[in-house]
Amino acid sequence: MKSLQELRELRAELEKEISARNGEGKPKIIIGMGTCGIAAGARDILQAVSQEVRKRNLDVITTQTGCIGMCEQEPLIDIQLPGQDRITYGRVTAKDVERIVVEHVVNGHVVEELAIARLEEGGI
Amino acid sequence: MNSKLYRSHVLVCTGTGCVSSGSNRIKEIMVAKLEEFGLQDEIKVVETGCHGFCEQGPIVIVYPEGVFYCRIQTDDVHAIVEEHLLKGRIVQRLLYTEGGTQARIPAYSDIDFYKKQHRIVLANCGRINPESIKEYIAVNGYEACGRALTEMTPEEVIVEVKESGLRGRGGAGFPTGLKWEFTRRTPGDQRYLICNADEGDPGAFMDRSLLEGDPHRIIEGMIIAAYAIGADEGYIYVRAEYPLAIRRLEIAIEQAREYGLMGEDIFGSGFNFNLKIKKGAGAFVCGEETALMASIEGQRGMPRPKPPFPSVSGLWGKPTNINNVETFGNIPDIIRGGAEAYRAIGTEKSTGTKVFALTGKINNTGLVEVPMGMSLREIIYEIGGGISDGRNLKAVQIGGPSGGCIPVELLDLPIDYESLRAVGAMMGSGGMVVMDDSTCMVDVARFFLAFTQSESCGKCTPCREGTKRMLEILDRLCSGEGREGDIELLEELGKHIITTSLCQLGGSAPNPVLSTLKYFRAEYEAHIKERRCPANVCDGMGAPYVIDEASCIGCTACTRVCPTGAISGVRKQPHVIDPRLCMICGACADKCPVNAIAQERRVG
Repeated sequence: MKSLQELRELRAELEKEISARNGEGKPKIIIGMGTCGIAAGARDILQAVSQEVRKRNLDVITTQTGCIGMCEQEPLIDIQLPGQDRITYGRVTAKDVERIVVEHVVNGHVVEELAIARLEEGGI
Repeated sequence: MNSKLYRSHVLVCTGTGCVSSGSNRIKEIMVAKLEEFGLQDEIKVVETGCHGFCEQGPIVIVYPEGVFYCRIQTDDVHAIVEEHLLKGRIVQRLLYTEGGTQARIPAYSDIDFYKKQHRIVLANCGRINPESIKEYIAVNGYEACGRALTEMTPEEVIVEVKESGLRGRGGAGFPTGLKWEFTRRTPGDQRYLICNADEGDPGAFMDRSLLEGDPHRIIEGMIIAAYAIGADEGYIYVRAEYPLAIRRLEIAIEQAREYGLMGEDIFGSGFNFNLKIKKGAGAFVCGEETALMASIEGQRGMPRPKPPFPSVSGLWGKPTNINNVETFGNIPDIIRGGAEAYRAIGTEKSTGTKVFALTGKINNTGLVEVPMGMSLREIIYEIGGGISDGRNLKAVQIGGPSGGCIPVELLDLPIDYESLRAVGAMMGSGGMVVMDDSTCMVDVARFFLAFTQSESCGKCTPCREGTKRMLEILDRLCSGEGREGDIELLEELGKHIITTSLCQLGGSAPNPVLSTLKYFRAEYEAHIKERRCPANVCDGMGAPYVIDEASCIGCTACTRVCPTGAISGVRKQPHVIDPRLCMICGACADKCPVNAIAQERRVG
């Protein structure tokens, strides 16, 4: 370590590696992993999300949830940006994942044509 | 840099407590199961240091949700992987339940044990991998060291530490900044820095957990201290009974060297520092600083008179600064956050936090860090979860064998250096042994004195002979042979040993006896005058036990526990105890469901 600057640059890099342990205030990508979700292919969706997050080096939380009752629409992905409404996307395919991540998570625009529900902030 | 992002981190505690309850095996199975389910690229398994909640080990925490799983058995790993990590369903049955309620609490942060704590020194314990310098750097590690070495003069560092109000966490509470200043001001071509990790109090494991869980924090604190006092060489004196702490320290020192945080020209500041580990053989007296230095020098670990103090003439006669592990653990936060922010925690004269090892008859055995000035009541009932087995609190022994017993009447006492000293106890290193109403205070005093007596190095007469004589008196009290005048003799001996001993081992050894005499004198008197142990702990005291014929229901529970077969009788008929066979152990009375058994009262 030759300077404080060098340490800080290294830290900026390393912080991402443990960011999963500090979830507060970060965008959340929630995948429906109830029996219905899994049957509809949620496992592939989860992997596609993980890949996308890794590829783009995003500081987000990827997590799962159980069945929320819209089994017909599975696989479901919810995106919750800090301080914004939680948007649910239905019948998501692995191909849609990239679009949802880029347009919604990265750029903050809801992908209207895939969205099927909106939960107000502070809702469930 | 090859950083790999995982969607989830599974933290498995590998502190000594959890390892002894099987966490290494849990980790192995976890890794195997993740591969079985094809999750190894999505989920990372991290070994961490102690979370402090040793009672609930082995502990596994799953992030990003922060779900706290406790008492995990090997069979449970499958459920965590398949249900939680694969399908996202929290495994309810493995969650923690708060004492007295049925509510299951999933989040780490919502558990009472953690909610009421203020973690500075322990902030990273259980949250990062202690064998990874990268994780330490990621949580602001070595930032304070970098700032001190490149942006502050050694004098400025000392001023900051002085203003923080930090006092030695080894027990005596000497202002840390002042100690550093003394060492810096002593002229000399060579100065040394020592970390005292010779933790020896029965029931204390603060330093061990800290070294195991966050070794880089101690190393960072030491580099800053070394810079402040002008030392280029340091030692960590740690007992050989702490193999895991030693291994993690070795790894940490090696990593620090690799990253240029130790050795020559650290942070390009021109400052050099090297650190060595010195393993002690586990003699209690080596926690005394002059004995510790003698041990490092290769001599027999015995204290010498002070002055000269180590800051003037220490290791190999050179100016030396010695601080405890926890003291160094506070330094990075003081430099990073500033003295003012640190001083805002705790009380006016005792700033910051203190780590305590909670043991004994308490529900939540473990390691806690609380702001100075918190009351014993809050620590024991709100964090510690109260007394186990539904019994009542009787006393708390603070400060180990050098400390004292605090009775239940003083439960609202704020815990800081001054108030503890005022009631005859001392902060000590932070052991806190909780005792319930089944404890005999004479027996407790005997236990601690037996420890210090056997650890006395024998160099000075008051400690060598005095503790031996005191122990003999306590031995005879506990076997029903106490004599009139024994209490007064204990007090007289105790006072003389304290004032005339060479070092603080002898200087504090009588404390457990004197403080129990102060608060539980009646128990001592009962042992002598009535030949009776009020708590029924001391065997062979007083008259044989008798069964009250009218209340005995003939359940035969007593006959089954009697070690000498002294109890006879027909089932469902009143039983009798043969007084010639009764050895007065009290096992029958403890077992009797209707309280029909008691000792015959005999006075004199």
